[in-house]
Amino acid sequence: MAKILAKRKLAPEIYFFEVAAPLVAAKAQPGHFVIVRADQTGERIPLTIVDYDREGGTIDLVVQRVGASTQELASLAVGDSFLDLLGPLGEPVEIEKIGTVVCVAGGLGVAPVYPKAKYLKEAGNEVINIVGARTAEMVIMKEEMSEVADEIYFSTDDGSLGHEGFVTEVLDSLLAEGKEVDEVIAVGPAIMMKGVAEVTAKYDVDTIVSLNPIMVDGTGMCGGCRVTVGEETKFACVEGPAFDGHLVDFDELMRRQGHYQSKEEKAEHKCKLEKEVE
Amino acid sequence: MAKRQVMDKQEPEERINNFAEVAQGFTEKEAVAEAQRCLQCDKSPCVDGCPVGVPIPDFIELITAKEFSEALATIKEKNAFPAICGRVCPQEEQCEAECVLGNKGEPVNIGALERFVADWELEKDSADKKEIETEADRAKVAVVGSGPAGLTAAADLAKLGYQVTLFEALSEAGGVLKYGIPEFRLPKAIVNKEIKELEELGVEIKLNTLIGATLSLDDLWEDGYEAVFVGVGAGLPYFLNLPGENLNGVYSANEFLTRVNLMKAYKFPEYRTPITLGNQVAVIGAGNVAMDSARTALRLGAEEVSIVYRRSRNEMPAREEEIENAEAEGVNFQLLRNPVKIIGNEEGWVKGLECVEMELGEEDSSGRPRPIPIEGSNFTIEVDTVIVAIGQGPNPLLSKKTPELETNDWHNIIVDEESYQTSIAGVFAGGDVIGGNATVIAAMGDGRGAAQAIDEYLQSK
Repeated sequence: MAKILAKRKLAPEIYFFEVAAPLVAAKAQPGHFVIVRADQTGERIPLTIVDYDREGGTIDLVVQRVGASTQELASLAVGDSFLDLLGPLGEPVEIEKIGTVVCVAGGLGVAPVYPKAKYLKEAGNEVINIVGARTAEMVIMKEEMSEVADEIYFSTDDGSLGHEGFVTEVLDSLLAEGKEVDEVIAVGPAIMMKGVAEVTAKYDVDTIVSLNPIMVDGTGMCGGCRVTVGEETKFACVEGPAFDGHLVDFDELMRRQGHYQSKEEKAEHKCKLEKEVE
Repeated sequence: MAKRQVMDKQEPEERINNFAEVAQGFTEKEAVAEAQRCLQCDKSPCVDGCPVGVPIPDFIELITAKEFSEALATIKEKNAFPAICGRVCPQEEQCEAECVLGNKGEPVNIGALERFVADWELEKDSADKKEIETEADRAKVAVVGSGPAGLTAAADLAKLGYQVTLFEALSEAGGVLKYGIPEFRLPKAIVNKEIKELEELGVEIKLNTLIGATLSLDDLWEDGYEAVFVGVGAGLPYFLNLPGENLNGVYSANEFLTRVNLMKAYKFPEYRTPITLGNQVAVIGAGNVAMDSARTALRLGAEEVSIVYRRSRNEMPAREEEIENAEAEGVNFQLLRNPVKIIGNEEGWVKGLECVEMELGEEDSSGRPRPIPIEGSNFTIEVDTVIVAIGQGPNPLLSKKTPELETNDWHNIIVDEESYQTSIAGVFAGGDVIGGNATVIAAMGDGRGAAQAIDEYLQSK
């Protein structure tokens, strides 16, 4: 049981949770994730560790309501607990001083990007953050992302904040202007990470992406999260979730993400019906 | 000679529509009748056939006298999990293979008798149960992994008076008994009851704790544990490395069975974990995991389920009883066929499995005839789901995070055969992680042996 100590609404359907998990907080590093389950009938859902407080024994998580299972997680309140919380899982990303790093975050991708940006900045790097979402209202953690960046750019599909268009366009113009960049870290929807990798390939800039395939156990025992990286099959839960963006088969990833789409719709439909009955 | 009593089973046409247990267990009358067949041999070869040495004639004699509680207590001196072992042990290769009656007729149905007394007690009110006395509090011992090996080691160590903590990465204890073996062979309520008894012995179970990630071995020493037993099994699924293996509709058996058994996807959407299954399912492999996958697929409503195996029926590694159950339920066996490619449709879902026909050649190093492809015999089976059940190896996670823990090329932890001692002093290992032969009872035998070795180690410390 992992007790929820604080909860905030960050944007429509997006919630921040501070959770008591002392063992996880003690070992967490940027790039790690946890698997949580709301209750006995719940599904196991992977969530990035957004930040951690080793002394306080807490970790921060962000949940976006996209279906029945995330609805259950998102509806938990302060004082409630996640029935199960397992972690920290995955391989952390290496944080060292390399020079200038551009962190590109799309939608909920801000959550996994934030700890990397924060600790890269602490390690003495020049950090440029590019944060995008559909609308200004959907841009989460604006202040936090600003605090850990030397420069920050926003982009929204409708132009309600920053550049009107995609984060990839902001990145492209930055690189086109001749900005010296040593590494790009990109996290967001697979289609966005694919776009970022295409842009950075043009300029030959190293790119790390954090993949979000479907997971079950998160410990390497089922292969549900397998992805193709440089012609090889990898289990994202134990060998990732961070990989070289120029080697990832994004089309395969996006196809596999849709594996349970019809089932998810059914679960959500039932979830809504139950709500109406209540 | 009286005829061997066999358990009633749910009829095949009925049972493929539910997940309830297939074999119904003995009635009291059947159990006593079967127990009376036992010749009570002086030499008791059946006991030698049991990996944990259950005193078989003794408990059977108690059944003939209807002293069921005493019969169970006799079993429990050697085996803490009779309701599980009575169900899933391959008795035909173990105790029953040695039964003297088997020489001229049919052996005593030892597994069914063991199961009968265990179930008989589990159904009673727990207040009636005999208290098991344990010795005074001794050193703290950590058991990593709550599958058959870890459960047995924990039970034995607790009885010896050690303060045992069992660490489990998943949200439920039991390992393969929970996520692997389906409800229709091993009801989860039975497993839960036997695990609850372990807690009554004083074993503390810590779930959602992955040793190597949540806690390291060093953390365990710091927390005051004086010995560690590693029984983390072989949970890493092998894939075929064939083209098309990452298509939608291709599962490892581990993923398929975990979704259904542990996460109860067969009760979707009441339980939230989904499973997507087509109408034509191919299961690749012919071990018990393959049979479990095929029979599970039928119960989820697949129209046609095929086992695809590169050797012939004689070489199939699954238990004979499970193969027969699968046949009775209508699983189709495509023998001497080896998959070479999984074919997808335009949306990236499985639509076919290209196979090649095989013939059997000379014996290979495993002592089985080597399957040889017949050139030009390629053909395609129309399927929309493929379940890969060709075996699994140890998860390298713990050894990767603990470099001083020596492993072989297959990631098996290397132990001294006699003492179960690993390359780290105070760390012992057993079960599938040391390359065991992948049966529940063999893992339990390792857990027992390692518990004794840990006791000796701590006594001499």
